[in-house]
Amino acid sequence: MSQQHPDSGIASRSATKVHTLSVLVENSPGVLARIASLFSRRGYNIDSLAVGPTENPLYSRMTIVINVEDHALEQVIAQLDKLINVISITELDPVASVQRELLLVKVTTNATTRSQVLETVQLFRAKVVDVAQDAVTVEATGNSEKIEALLRVLEPYGIKELVQSGLVALSRGLKPGLSTNTDSKG
Amino acid sequence: MSNDKKTGAQALVQALEDSGVDVMFGIPGGAILPAYDPIFDSKIRHILVRHEQGAGHAATGYAQATGRVGVCIATSGPGATNLVTPLADAQMDSVPVVAITGQVASGAIGTDAFQEADIRGITMPVTKHNFLVTDPKDIPRAIAEAFHIASTGRPGAVLVDIAKDALQTMTDYNYPKNIDLAGYHPITKPTDGSIRDAARLIAESSAPVLYVGGGAIKAEAHKELLQLAELTGAPVVTTLMALGSFPNSHPQHLGMPGMHGTVAAVTALQKADLLITLGARFDDRVTGKLSSFAPNAKVIHADIDPAEIGKNRRADVAVVGDLKLSIAALVPAVKDEFKKSKPDLGAWWKQVNSWRERFPLAYDLPSDGTISPQYVIERIGKISGPDSIYVAGVGQHQMWASQFISYEKPRTWLNSGGLGTMGYAVPAAMGAKVGAPNTTVWAIDGDGCFQMTNQELVTCALNNIPIKVAIINNESLGMVRQWQTLFYNERYSNTQLESKRIPDFAKLAEAMGCVGLSCEKPEDVDRVIHQAMEINDRPVVVDFNVHRDAMVWPMVAAGTSNDEIVVARSLAPIWDSQEL
Repeated sequence: MSQQHPDSGIASRSATKVHTLSVLVENSPGVLARIASLFSRRGYNIDSLAVGPTENPLYSRMTIVINVEDHALEQVIAQLDKLINVISITELDPVASVQRELLLVKVTTNATTRSQVLETVQLFRAKVVDVAQDAVTVEATGNSEKIEALLRVLEPYGIKELVQSGLVALSRGLKPGLSTNTDSKG
Repeated sequence: MSNDKKTGAQALVQALEDSGVDVMFGIPGGAILPAYDPIFDSKIRHILVRHEQGAGHAATGYAQATGRVGVCIATSGPGATNLVTPLADAQMDSVPVVAITGQVASGAIGTDAFQEADIRGITMPVTKHNFLVTDPKDIPRAIAEAFHIASTGRPGAVLVDIAKDALQTMTDYNYPKNIDLAGYHPITKPTDGSIRDAARLIAESSAPVLYVGGGAIKAEAHKELLQLAELTGAPVVTTLMALGSFPNSHPQHLGMPGMHGTVAAVTALQKADLLITLGARFDDRVTGKLSSFAPNAKVIHADIDPAEIGKNRRADVAVVGDLKLSIAALVPAVKDEFKKSKPDLGAWWKQVNSWRERFPLAYDLPSDGTISPQYVIERIGKISGPDSIYVAGVGQHQMWASQFISYEKPRTWLNSGGLGTMGYAVPAAMGAKVGAPNTTVWAIDGDGCFQMTNQELVTCALNNIPIKVAIINNESLGMVRQWQTLFYNERYSNTQLESKRIPDFAKLAEAMGCVGLSCEKPEDVDRVIHQAMEINDRPVVVDFNVHRDAMVWPMVAAGTSNDEIVVARSLAPIWDSQEL
């Protein structure tokens, strides 16, 4: 799916940017389907989506990463906000928030390369969580740049398999993020 | 409220009564059967329709005619899926409708049980919200929330799916006194700043247009709209969904904008320096090619739905709120601005009036002596008058009914604007007549549309719902045929219905317990309409045999600019260079 605003000659055409939305939703059945359905129906492209429990068992928090124009971002937020089960939406500034991904990667090793891989893992403050005859499994957390950098360094050794979580994020300090939309639906 | 033991089914019916329901349209079946037992004793009038689609459109017609929430009810599986079209239809036109569906027992959900369909999943994209209830104690709250969501904010369709075992199990009945949904707080009051900014733009504009949409009717804002219009002195255009929100006979009214709008309305929007957009959504049928729509206009966009602001057209000033409150706030703010300076709209009106005079709505009478469809519709409007409710299907007859009947009051024009659902007219007219039993209700239908949902005339005949149906019979899918004429080299692939031969509509009407009339000659049109007007104890159907080749004009071809409006075939307005 790619976001194409039809006939957007009058609306401004700006370049796309990556945005992180923290979406507080009711913890009820079907909420994920509603959000997925909305994104699919309106043609918004999701880079990643992570969902999990919060400090309040009634709510879940979704971290959604999207790559859209500013104009489209406003629409995504407004349309998300129309869903009855969505409590609030906050756009998280990468500078004013902590953003993390989890990576598990199985790297091919032999007697000579194993120590080099282990050294790399230490440099990145990642850790080895499983060791086999011909491979080690590495666990790393960090922001997208760190995860990408680690993968670049490990790649030459041979990556057998990898899995990555979606991004999760929280604003720094006590305040919520940039723009909270709690009270604006039609 | 009362707290006593009931079955889930009794709780459902009690909750519907407590939500103020007086009528619902539906058909029973296996999964919803427990609910039909207490319905038998309820004070709610249940109208047994002949197809669930009819129940859904009837609920919509009822809601559009009365402003109240329309209710339909069906069983699981096919009963529920037959409601999908009317729910999508109601949602697109922001009509408050609540649908109740039975679901297979909770233990059987997900097993592909008999008559199981995931109707919550299916209707997610075509409803404002929906519920699946598997615990009987949740029934009253779900019903109360459904009515709250359907009728507040931007109205819409809500579905409540209830598992059969939840209907059969005993529960405590608790109807919630207050509804507080954490994620649902529609903004109703516009901000002072937005009103001030809007008033300032209005005071600066020398070529404004009030671009009025269906929201003006939903918000009951017609009185405020008239005030604002007369205060500003600006030309007014009313979209297909807004007809009746502003009197057609008012000198400031230019008609309908859009694909089949008047030249004056379309062109005024194109040339305006300010669009005062009130409860409209810049639909593609209004804007034509969006990038060339109203290129020099600033935009004030007033709507209750913040997601409409900037969706299609960037707004210079957004006024988010209930339209009645927003316009009521605008009136004194504009008065204040006008004290400082009031723009002179004289030159603008001179231009607008010249378009109006040069390109009025008109039609040619067929040269072969057959009946002109526009003439039939115009005469029905004249004879039945502005107090009647007119309900159209979708296609040429719908456009002619929007053009050649003069709407003076809100809720007198019902149609399927957004989804464009053929077959809407007969069941929606039925619902409107149930909601407004003392009002004459005319369904203006096409022969194609009529053949999709006419079985509800049986429902009308058996339940004393004496609607009047005018079939504008051109023996073809007329609007599609018109496009084939214009864009497909007159290759009439599958648009010939032969409905002057089969079926015999008058006989079909008689078979369904209605009076069936037909009209073949122009000189009989008035007489037959008067005859139909006099029949009030039964539904009446008039088969008007009309000329097949009549076309809807003016027209802005799909995807083209509103500047390319065509007044009649091969006749485009020639603009003075200063106008372009």
